[in-house]
Amino acid sequence: MISIDITLARGEFTLELALNSDARALALFGHSGCGKTSTLLAIAGLLRPRRGRIEIDGHVLFDAARRIDLSPARRDLGVVFQDARLFPHLSVRDNLRFGMPRSAPAAAFDGAVQLLELAGLLKRRPAQLSGGQARRVAIGRALLRQPRALLLDEPLANLHREARAEVLEHLRGLKRELALTTILVSHQPDEVSALADAVAIIDDGRMAALHAGTAFSAMHATPGPGYASTEPQAAR
Amino acid sequence: MTPLTHAETVALALSLKVSLVGVVCSLPFAIGCAWLLARTRFFGKPLFEGMLLLPLILPPVVTGYILLIVFGHHGAIGRLLDAAGLSIAFRWTGAALAAAVMAFPLLVVALRNAFESVDRKLEHAAATLGAGAWRIFFAVTLPLSLRGLVAGLALAFARAFGEFGATITFVSSIPGQTRTLPIALYELISMPGGESGALRLTLVAVIVALLASLIAAMLLLRGGTRHEAEA
Repeated sequence: MISIDITLARGEFTLELALNSDARALALFGHSGCGKTSTLLAIAGLLRPRRGRIEIDGHVLFDAARRIDLSPARRDLGVVFQDARLFPHLSVRDNLRFGMPRSAPAAAFDGAVQLLELAGLLKRRPAQLSGGQARRVAIGRALLRQPRALLLDEPLANLHREARAEVLEHLRGLKRELALTTILVSHQPDEVSALADAVAIIDDGRMAALHAGTAFSAMHATPGPGYASTEPQAAR
Repeated sequence: MTPLTHAETVALALSLKVSLVGVVCSLPFAIGCAWLLARTRFFGKPLFEGMLLLPLILPPVVTGYILLIVFGHHGAIGRLLDAAGLSIAFRWTGAALAAAVMAFPLLVVALRNAFESVDRKLEHAAATLGAGAWRIFFAVTLPLSLRGLVAGLALAFARAFGEFGATITFVSSIPGQTRTLPIALYELISMPGGESGALRLTLVAVIVALLASLIAAMLLLRGGTRHEAEA
């Protein structure tokens, strides 16, 4: 269960979002600058809402009234950023291990490496990876944190066609094999249709609608001009 | 040119020891101050920054005299150190303190720039991976600042090695204790017949300074690009 009710100010932009969803995979969908990424950063604990409450699967991450504001480190979320944000001084192996809890079984590492086909990349540095490979490592790193939920910020943005297909296939595989609550930020209808069970449409910092994934897919079978943009998103 | 005399060798060895100890001991404080300047906002920050940079601006003799007032035998801290048997006035440790104080601003400025060049998004990513503030610093910020740190150390070492005014004011010139290379050089210049010795020490000082600035320049050039999230 994902429950968000927040007000968040960033400069002159104000995000006022209230949504409840029991979908396993929820997408936040909307135009560039509508507040999708701000919502995701607030869930991750990297932006502090002015008021409100954020709860995921029964765990309260933020509650202004009760003065609960867990630090990003204590939210137990796996975050995949649009720009991968791999640590450039560490190998792929050390990047993957960075967030692994000490109690995590060694098999978890091997499992993630196998699932995301990273075995041949473990000794490389991030600078030696293609965009798609870096994105896969970022997904693996977030998964190995063994999070209670996975947050994906435009996971296919700025990738060329082949890399996009490659990462999308892996994300589909994750959805099939892991029963993990996922919140996906995207402005690409095909990406949302492929990965989300429910879709929250955000418009100018407000919730415009909440659709089931199937209904959204039917509506966007032919992408409208407004939502078909592939331009990089402003991280508002 | 004849090799260094025993007295000149002693002065050179003392200078190297004093500079090394001074810079290494000031490093943790410099890291702390640089991190505060690079990563935090607090009331009185400009004043704090100005005070850190003061040894760069003040005449070295003034800095040396302040050290004498505070750490001398009659100074507030000096008396406590004397009572504990840790007197530093007129000892090589005092010379190391003077060198550390004079080199400190250079180290802080270099480290601050190095910390500021680390992409904060990487630190945020580390936080979402469960890392606390210390782990973020030691596993992400510091390793990505390493070139700037070593370059800063090299510059600070060169500054400490050349320190004269504050040292002679605070700990005077005692052979083997506080007569560092610049002080020995000054005395040779003031002494009839000391020209060849002065020339030798000048050459040594130039070589040490050149080596340090070369290391710093190489590292700063190689580390010139910002460490940003890759891919």
